[in-house]
Amino acid sequence: MKKLSARRRHPLAALVVLLLALAATGGLYAAFAPAEKAQADTAAQSLAIDEGKKLFAVGCSSCHGLNGEGSSDGPSLVGVGSAAVDFQVATGRMPAQQPGAQVPKKKNIYTQHEIDQLAAFVASLGPGPVAPTEKQYTSTNPDDVAAGGELFRTNCAQCHNFAGQGGALTQGKYAPSLEGVEAKHIYEAMQTGPQNMPSFPDTTMPEEQKRQIVAFVRNLNEEPNPGGLTLGSLGPVTEGLFGWIFGLGVLIAVAIWVAAHTTKARKS
Amino acid sequence: MSHDMSEDKLPESHGSAGQHEVASHGDPFADPGLPAHEPRRTDIDERAAKRAERQVSLMFVVSMLATVGFIASYVAIDADKIVYIFPLGHVSALNFALGLTLGVALFCIGAGAVHWARTLMSDHELPAERHPIEADDEVRADVIEQFKTGAAESGFGRRKMIRNTLIGSMALVPLSGVVLLRDLGPLPEKKLQHTGWDLATPEHPLPLVNMNTNKPMKAEDIVVGSLTFAKPEGLEEDDETFQQQIAKDALMLVRIAPENIKDKDSAELGFEGILAYSKICTHVGCPISLYEQQTHHALCPCHQSTFDLADGARVIFGPAGHPLPQLKITTNEEGFLVATGDFAEPVGPSFWERS
Repeated sequence: MKKLSARRRHPLAALVVLLLALAATGGLYAAFAPAEKAQADTAAQSLAIDEGKKLFAVGCSSCHGLNGEGSSDGPSLVGVGSAAVDFQVATGRMPAQQPGAQVPKKKNIYTQHEIDQLAAFVASLGPGPVAPTEKQYTSTNPDDVAAGGELFRTNCAQCHNFAGQGGALTQGKYAPSLEGVEAKHIYEAMQTGPQNMPSFPDTTMPEEQKRQIVAFVRNLNEEPNPGGLTLGSLGPVTEGLFGWIFGLGVLIAVAIWVAAHTTKARKS
Repeated sequence: MSHDMSEDKLPESHGSAGQHEVASHGDPFADPGLPAHEPRRTDIDERAAKRAERQVSLMFVVSMLATVGFIASYVAIDADKIVYIFPLGHVSALNFALGLTLGVALFCIGAGAVHWARTLMSDHELPAERHPIEADDEVRADVIEQFKTGAAESGFGRRKMIRNTLIGSMALVPLSGVVLLRDLGPLPEKKLQHTGWDLATPEHPLPLVNMNTNKPMKAEDIVVGSLTFAKPEGLEEDDETFQQQIAKDALMLVRIAPENIKDKDSAELGFEGILAYSKICTHVGCPISLYEQQTHHALCPCHQSTFDLADGARVIFGPAGHPLPQLKITTNEEGFLVATGDFAEPVGPSFWERS
C-alpha cells in the first residue's frame, strides 16, 4: 500500500488510472452487452410490426380488416403465419387485382423488406407457418430429385401435371404452372395451401420431403427436351388438338390443293 | 336402255380441241358434256416434260439420301447428346435427326408421286357412266321362278318339322361364339366388392398409413385444408400385388371444419371432421385427388366428375354415377387413425353385379 501511495504523484499515475477505468468500463459493457442486444432486437421486431401494420392499413385492410380480422371481402389473417404473407405478396397474388374464382400471379409491387414487415405484422396476430429459411428449401443431395419425383407424382401431379405445367380445375379455377417459380415460393405454397390448393403440413409431409419436391420441380425446369415439340407438356389435350387441327388440317389442305389443280377445275 | 357409251358425251363431239363452247344453242338445259381437253405444258413441250421428269427423280433421290441419313444418324449420333436448335431449345440430337430425315424421306416420295401424276401421267378425262345395279326384269323374273320351284320341290313349306329344326339349329349356332367369350377370363366374383380394408373389424382396427412417410398418423397431424393420401397398414410397395391392391385401397384424407360438413352420416363416419374417401373415381376408376380446399370439391381429371366432399362426396357434375365410398375411421387408444371396417359399397366404377 505504501508503494502505491508513494507513487501516486508519479507522472504516469494518471495514465494508469485511466487504463484501469477503461478496463472496468469494458468489462462492465461485456457483462451487460448480451442483455442490451436482445433488447435492441425486440425493438427491431416491434418496429417491423409497427411498419408492417402501416403497410397493412394501406394495402390490405380494405379487404382483411384493419387488424387482419377479415371481412366479407377477405378472410381473417389470424394464424396464417409469415409464410403465407411471403408467398401471396411476393408472387403478386396479394393485393388481389379483382375478386374472382382465382387470384392470378402478377407483378409484385412490394420490396422484400416491406414484405418482411407485413409478414411480421401478420405473424404477430397469431401463430402460423413461418417463412422458410434458404437452408430449408435448398437441396444439396442429388438423390433428392428422384425421391422428390416420386412424391410429386403422388401428391402434386394430379393438379399441376406430371411435368409441372399446371392444369384446369372447376369453374374457372386452375392449378398454375410451376415453371420458373422460385424454390422458396414452392415450399411456402406446400406449407400454407394458398387459395384452393390443399396444404401439406410438416406433420403429413416432413420438411425433408418438401425439400425433395422443390429439388424435383427445379430440375424439371432445367430438363432438356428429348425431341420434337413438347406442346406445353400438357398431355393428351394439346396433343389431340394439334393432331386434329394441324395434322389432319394440313392433310386436308394438301388434298384440296392437289384436287383443285385439275383440268376440270380450270374451267371456272 | 343402251349400255354403250353415248357418243354425245365424248369430248370429240364438241368440235375442235381447245374450244370451250358447249352444245347449248337454243336449249339452255342441254347437257354441256365434258369441256375440251387442254394439254399441259409438259404434253406439248418435250423439254418441260424432261424437266418435270428430272424434278420427280430429284425428289426420289432426296428421299433416298434422307433414308441413308436416317441410318447414318442412327449409327453415328450418341443417344445422350443434347444440342441447341433455335425454335425448339435444347433437344436430343438423335431424335431430332431421326425425325427430320425420316420426315424428309417420306415427304419426298409423296411429293414426287404427286408431281409425277400432275405433270407427266396422262390427264385425259375418261367418263365412266353409272348404271343401275339391278338386273334386267327378265333375269329377275327367271330367278324368282327358280326360287319358287326350288321351294316347292324341297317341301320346305310343307314339312314343318324340318323347317322348325333347321331354324332352331341356325339360331343356336351363334351360341358357340358366345361360349368362347368365357376365355376372356374368370368372373371377378367378390374381388370388386372388397378392398384391403376388409381386414379391419371393430375388434381389430386397421391403422391408416401415410403414403408419403409410410407411418401411421395421429388425428392432429391432419389439419383443416390439408390433403393426405393413405393406404392400409401391411400393404407395402414391394409387395407383388401392390399395384392391384392400391388401385382399390387408396384413400384421400381431408379435414373439414365440422360446421362446414353438410351430410350428418358422412360426419359420423369421419373423426372430428377428418373424412376418409376412396381416391378412385366411380365413373371409370381414375385416381381423383384434384381437391379444392375452399369449395371442398374433388375433381376427376379424366371426365370432370366433381364430388362435394363436404356433402358425402355427392356427385355435383360429370358422368360419375355414385358418390365416392367413405371409410369409417376413428382413433385407437394411442391416438392413431384407424379404420374399423371396409367401405360400405364397392369402390371404383360401376359393374353389372354392383348393387
